[in-house]
Amino acid sequence: MGAKNSHLNSCVIIGANQAGVSIAFALREKGWKGDITLFDMDPELPYYRPPLSKSVLIGSESLGDHALKPIHLYKKENITLKLGHKVTSIDRISKQIFLDNGSFYKYDILVLAMGGRPIIPNIPGLKNSESIFTIRTSRDTIAIRNTLDKSEKRRALIIGAGYIGLETAASLIKLKANVTVLEKEERVLSRVTAPHLSNFYEFLHKRNGVEIFTNKEVIEVRSNSSDKEVICSDGSSYFADLIIVGIGIHANKELAEETGLEVKNGVVVNDEARTIDKNVFAIGDCAFQYHSFYRRYVRLESIQNANDQAEIAASVICKQEVSNHSIPWFWSDQYDVKLQIIGLSEGANDIIIRQENNNKKKFSIWYFQDNKLLAVQAVNDMKAYVIGTKFIKENTPLDKSKLRDPDVELKPTNLKFM
Amino acid sequence: MAKINYVTLDNKKITLEGNSGSLMKLAKDNGVKGIDGECGGVCSCATCHVHVNPEHMDKAGEASEFEKDLLELNDHSNEYSRLCCQIQISDDLDGIELKVAERD
Ligand SMILES: Cc1cc2nc3c(=O)[nH]c(=O)nc-3n(C[C@H](O)[C@H](O)[C@H](O)COP(=O)(O)OP(=O)(O)OC[C@H]3O[C@@H](n4cnc5c(N)ncnc54)[C@H](O)[C@@H]3O)c2cc1C
Ligand code: FES
Repeated sequence: MGAKNSHLNSCVIIGANQAGVSIAFALREKGWKGDITLFDMDPELPYYRPPLSKSVLIGSESLGDHALKPIHLYKKENITLKLGHKVTSIDRISKQIFLDNGSFYKYDILVLAMGGRPIIPNIPGLKNSESIFTIRTSRDTIAIRNTLDKSEKRRALIIGAGYIGLETAASLIKLKANVTVLEKEERVLSRVTAPHLSNFYEFLHKRNGVEIFTNKEVIEVRSNSSDKEVICSDGSSYFADLIIVGIGIHANKELAEETGLEVKNGVVVNDEARTIDKNVFAIGDCAFQYHSFYRRYVRLESIQNANDQAEIAASVICKQEVSNHSIPWFWSDQYDVKLQIIGLSEGANDIIIRQENNNKKKFSIWYFQDNKLLAVQAVNDMKAYVIGTKFIKENTPLDKSKLRDPDVELKPTNLKFM
Repeated sequence: MAKINYVTLDNKKITLEGNSGSLMKLAKDNGVKGIDGECGGVCSCATCHVHVNPEHMDKAGEASEFEKDLLELNDHSNEYSRLCCQIQISDDLDGIELKVAERD
């Protein structure tokens, strides 16, 4: 047992994906000597999710290429994986968790890394119907491919034009599917980006053969033996062989709520990833965290956030120095277009679009709150991404008129406000 | 088959053998500390940053514009910097030495 946490024997982690696996290994690295047990209802060796809508869906890479860690490393670090088990309740008084098979485990430290589950709206005909999918697990991706391959007409309809919906559309086009996307809002990616980027992506997808319709609220799905009919509130309807719902996730917070922990949009934790119970932490997609950089509560859904919070919680648990939150970053690959995002754009009141000369597909969108740079979304523009990162991190003022001018080369020294 | 030598931040040398895939994947599969590969190898995160032994730079090949740009403002980047997810294993790499770079 480690000197600093010698009274602690057992760390139990609910959820063995990005956040859970990260913290398990981070704990060992930081000197946790007690047991570490990871529970997940997914029976697969924990895998990396981003390729599920990209390379793994296309088939250019296999799931096996994307295990988070090979099995021998769990053994080497003495981390126990309990896969195919659902945790059904937590008792914080006796410090135990209970499984669906009736067994229970004691913990000294409990980490909630339960992620989220896709939202399936309450639309008649949508739930419990065959050939309706979401994309969260490897099973989902495999099932989509199999269903597509079995259908003659290869008609896929995607409800929701967020990142996952659009990435899926791009991948299905590569699989020679006939793809339709229906979005309720007036533009794609409306929750996460400025209209300029929405227009760019809408055009990109249309040019690649995707049919995108906005302002389409789905109100009913009718299934018959040969196909499915998706009916919208304006009376229009679309036919498909398979339907994929990509309208976001609900945080898995019920176990926390039932045991009396504070929950809002996710499990509420402080900047050290700790809940109101000092022995219980929450990290990753399920956590509604106080973010030390933005000084407010946020729930983020990204690889970087899962890893970052795992690192912070592991440091706290091992009583080591805790680093500050990183600035959130995210990426999305669709066709040959690479989008990279640094920062959170909420709260912006000034937006600058910088279009590079001679390349329509290379531009960046800079989000400001007055003169403070909050976020940059860079399309095929790595320079904008790294410079944006630097300016946000250092909180240095930026000369907006130079930023706007494509004849001024994108370089930190050129953009500094003199 | 190529022998790849990784040197971690605490100066441990780890020699691994690989046939295919990227140098990032080989490192991750064998638990080389400091190579995290957070973006899964799509040149978006720089969590696979290494310094190639100066004598082995030609084995590693040329970095793409994208890769160079991602490293440009990195505090720990130098002329021997590479993102090892962007280097595919082949026999030509045999004997290459890579030092894990510090994280920004
Ligand atoms: C298709 C797709 C593409 C994505 N692309 C990107 C991308 O390009 N870039 C990016 O940064 N992020 C991307 N993401 C998001 C990223 O994968 C998530 O943010 C990340 O997986 C969050 O990790 P997590 O461990 O918090 O949650 P999850 O990955 O959801 O893991 C939680 C785990 O907990 C388990 N669990 C929950 N409740 C219980 C219970 N009661 N008992 C047992 N087990 C339980 C679940 O089975 C699950 O395995 C993508 C996600 C998807 C689905
Ligand atoms: S793994 Fe992300 S840049 Fe190499």
